[in-house]
Amino acid sequence: MNVLEVKNLRKSFEDHLVINDLSLTVPDHTATVLIGSSGSGKSTLLRCINLLDTIDDGSIYLDGKEISDPEINVDEVRKNLGMVFQSFNLFPHMSVLDNITLSPIRVHKVSKTQARDEAMTVLRRFDLADKADQFPDRLSGGQQQRVAIIRSIAVKPRLLLLDEVTSALDPVLVNEVLSIVRDLKSDGMAMVLATHEMGFATQVADEVCFLKDGNIVERGPASQVISAPQQAETKDFLRRVHEAGRL
Amino acid sequence: MNNDSPARDNSGRALSWTPSQRELERQASRKAIGRKKALIATLSSVIVIGSLIRLIVTSPGWQSVKDTFFDWSYGGEVLGAVAKGLVVNIRLTIIAAILIGIFAMILALLRTSRSAALTPFRLMATAYVDIFRGVPLLLVILLIGFGVPALRIEGLTNSVLILGTTAVVLTYSAYVAEVIRSGILSIHPSQRAAARSLGLSSSQTMRHVVLPQAIKRVVPPLLNDLVALLKDTGLVSILGVTDAVRAAQIASSRTFNYTPYVTAAILFLLITIPLTRYTDRVLAKSIKRQNAQGAA
Ligand SMILES: Nc1ncnc2c1ncn2[C@@H]1O[C@H](COP(=O)(O)OP(=O)(O)OP(=O)(O)O)[C@@H](O)[C@H]1O
Ligand SMILES: [Mg+2]
Repeated sequence: MNVLEVKNLRKSFEDHLVINDLSLTVPDHTATVLIGSSGSGKSTLLRCINLLDTIDDGSIYLDGKEISDPEINVDEVRKNLGMVFQSFNLFPHMSVLDNITLSPIRVHKVSKTQARDEAMTVLRRFDLADKADQFPDRLSGGQQQRVAIIRSIAVKPRLLLLDEVTSALDPVLVNEVLSIVRDLKSDGMAMVLATHEMGFATQVADEVCFLKDGNIVERGPASQVISAPQQAETKDFLRRVHEAGRL
Repeated sequence: MNNDSPARDNSGRALSWTPSQRELERQASRKAIGRKKALIATLSSVIVIGSLIRLIVTSPGWQSVKDTFFDWSYGGEVLGAVAKGLVVNIRLTIIAAILIGIFAMILALLRTSRSAALTPFRLMATAYVDIFRGVPLLLVILLIGFGVPALRIEGLTNSVLILGTTAVVLTYSAYVAEVIRSGILSIHPSQRAAARSLGLSSSQTMRHVVLPQAIKRVVPPLLNDLVALLKDTGLVSILGVTDAVRAAQIASSRTFNYTPYVTAAILFLLITIPLTRYTDRVLAKSIKRQNAQGAA
């Protein structure tokens, strides 16, 4: 069963074509990693899947249901999608616990006590229980991003979208965030993630997609795309990543 | 601090220590600098303010001004009446502030909403704000205070107090709506995107994510408006409401002495100055908080 199917997606901003005839399939419990240079359209693809941007053509299916239908209830769709942004976007006026329980309580109508219990369980699992009552501005960047990830899975989404969740972080903080993603992956959470961390991509990816100018130029298991790329563009990109010291 | 168990930080390291010789020297020199600054400030204030007072007191008309504006025994006599008038201003301010808060919030939400169904109301709200921000408050008070009773509509009030308050509420709601709206617009779109991606509807996003942050930001400017509101309630005296201004006017026209006006001014200041100081403190705190957030 495929959680996500993207067919012939097109998206442009004014006269700038950002996603060009892109198709993508994500089977349940698998991780698809998007790699590609800056501006290749990774964030835009994720935003389109989450219906934050309207698409120009093509279709998107979540659990076999077309969500690119303009008639669809966007809020209902988003109940099944978790998204984490590069810049965390925690709500600064709420404690960590309130950030996490907001959607379960307001959107999913879980009781307050149950939502808090469940949130505390996850916080404990990821060593953040002592931060439950803190406000986001008192947390390190890595802690904030981990909370943001916990917040996005608190609603038990079918699919998690992660957009460069480590690129705003100091190198020392990157690992604590990546380890939480690895844990979620081994829990069986289906995810699509954009990243510049090739080592991490190799570890979690069931499929790696290399994007160039809004299209997938090469796709396959990490052992193939990252370790033994076939296309000239992929080789070129990976060589530049390697020179930047990120492989 | 207790010497047996000095305060400790989270990791158990002692927070108190014995300052080094160099630190003690620094502290002493900081104190000396402080004393020198205080001395300069005092001297310069005494010289500037002293010569201003001298200029006024030695002016040819000072004696007559003193008798007509600063007759303290007459001021004491009318103090009760003026203070009673001020209570009217304060009551009016409180009631108006509550009504303004509600009405302005509705206007601001209408103006920032994107719902298609609300389009006519959004246009009306925009027109309303444009009109009431552009007409002087005194004119609105006169138009409503004299215009509404002239309509002679059955059941509509003729109370000048209610009509005057209505005029103040109508005008101030337009100002305050704009302040709230600017607060709403100042919240970064990424906050909205994060809330929507969690499945919150646009009204839930507004209520739980955008508004609480926006209101925190606009509290200082709104406190400024509260001070202005208190002063502007004095304008309803033109309709004959016996507030502090009107009470002073009555007292002064009886004796052709203007001391009651000065008395009223001092009473207003007794409330507005502490309120202004408080506003400054709130503003300083909120700037500090926002900077801390930016750094995190
Ligand atoms: N709202 C927008 N309006 C106009 N152009 C946009 C908008 N959002 C993105 N773009 C453009 O679309 C292109 C793809 O951007 P996108 O953010 O998807 O790239 P990316 O692959 O995520 O890059 P990065 O690795 O730097 O995050 C860029 O050229 C960008 O300038
Ligand atoms: Mg991006």
